[in-house]
Amino acid sequence: MERIILHSDMNSFYANVECLYHPEIRDLPVAVGGNPEKRHGIILAKNQKAKEAGVKTGEVLWQARGKCPDLVIRAPNYQLYLRFSRLARKIYNRYSDQVEPFGLDEAWLDVTNSARIHGNGLVIAEKISRDIQEELGITVSIGVSWNKIFAKFGSDYKKPNAITVITRDNYPQIVWQQEVGDLLYVGPATKKKLLKYGIVTIGQLAETSVDFLVLQFGKMGAVLWRFANGLDDSSVKSFDEHYNGNERILKSIGNSITTPRDLKDLKDVKFIIYMLTESVAMRLRETGCYCLTVAIHVRNKELHSFTRQQKLAKPSDLTREIAEAAIALFENNYDFSSDIRSMGVRVTDLVPDSTPIQLDLFGNEELRVRQARLDETVDELRKRFGNLALRRAVTIGDQMSGLDPKKDHIIHPIGYF
Amino acid sequence: MAIKKFVQVIAKFEEDGRIIPLQVLWEDGRVFEIDRVLDMRPGVSLKVGGQGIRYTCRIQNKEVCLYYEEPKWFVEGKEKA
Repeated sequence: MERIILHSDMNSFYANVECLYHPEIRDLPVAVGGNPEKRHGIILAKNQKAKEAGVKTGEVLWQARGKCPDLVIRAPNYQLYLRFSRLARKIYNRYSDQVEPFGLDEAWLDVTNSARIHGNGLVIAEKISRDIQEELGITVSIGVSWNKIFAKFGSDYKKPNAITVITRDNYPQIVWQQEVGDLLYVGPATKKKLLKYGIVTIGQLAETSVDFLVLQFGKMGAVLWRFANGLDDSSVKSFDEHYNGNERILKSIGNSITTPRDLKDLKDVKFIIYMLTESVAMRLRETGCYCLTVAIHVRNKELHSFTRQQKLAKPSDLTREIAEAAIALFENNYDFSSDIRSMGVRVTDLVPDSTPIQLDLFGNEELRVRQARLDETVDELRKRFGNLALRRAVTIGDQMSGLDPKKDHIIHPIGYF
Repeated sequence: MAIKKFVQVIAKFEEDGRIIPLQVLWEDGRVFEIDRVLDMRPGVSLKVGGQGIRYTCRIQNKEVCLYYEEPKWFVEGKEKA
């Protein structure tokens, strides 16, 4: 049976929730922006009026104010958005148990099996749209199709408050006419590369030989070709709301931070790496995994960024080993030509912590076992007395020492793969 | 302009988890009996800005919307802010 997949996208989510709670600003251009003092001063979301004035997500607050002097900028209220996200998910669950969230404001639903109860894809989309508008006071755009990629495309096609049905009959007219950049996973870099080969529309991408694409883009070439032809058959993963969103197979664990001040020397960087690793390693241990690879992400003042990764000699969940690997990576790859604005530490290639470890003659395994016990004790103490109860000496005595990446951790959209 | 007026409420908790408001206690000491709950469903107040369980109640022959926006209750107040 042909699948019926919906992709629902809450329009200008943060901004519209703010407008709902503040009737006095509802008719003004509104944006939700970060806190400039903590150097998170960018636009996170904007409402329709602000969009019309040319305000773009991701731009700096003063830039946005330049385009739109009467812009109302509100600080984000994540707790509120999380609540709305959960309420929306409850509404989706009325129509299907297969709901896969994509960030706070988007979700895929597989309604193939509920079509007999609730009506066809379009009817279900209309019901969801109505329920959300009545119960949450915000509008959604919904795409209906037989695969996740075209459903997502449909929800972006017409906004706000719209439903787009993409069928096997109409997709060449709707999807294929559009620019290739509108396809999920065609970002600016890929788009530029495609343009070089004269591929401007999604239709052209679909009609390009898959062998040629693989030659140019590696395995992503085949993926994009399948996406463009509507051949994506990945399933909508169901999501257990009681399980904190990570019941799907974890691929990596990471934390990153834009620091309150620029990092100028190795001492600053070590401090941040230790702080991030404390959180990453603790989360790694909580999930019962070892990692084989450590990666860092560095962004400097000019907003240039790079990532580097390195395999560990042995699978590990030790804070110290991971942090030392991250610091070594950093030292080998950065020369402080410019101060650093944000950093991330990530561990990947995860294996269960029951995996046997190959010992070697010269390594000091006893020390590692002691380290593991120490980490365990630290975790235990932090669980009881809070994440800041016990800290490394390097992380004391700085304006940044109050940061708690583990507690402040927010779940961001997870990659499609 | 209507304002979001948080109020004290006396409510009954049913075995099945439903919460039924019985009385609204106004700040000046008046007590309003809720004669009947006509409707209860999740809803928004566009007038004052809020979202929760909306109870459409009959109080002294008037229909009033009472919202349970966890953990607080509010009504759409008439007075000026």
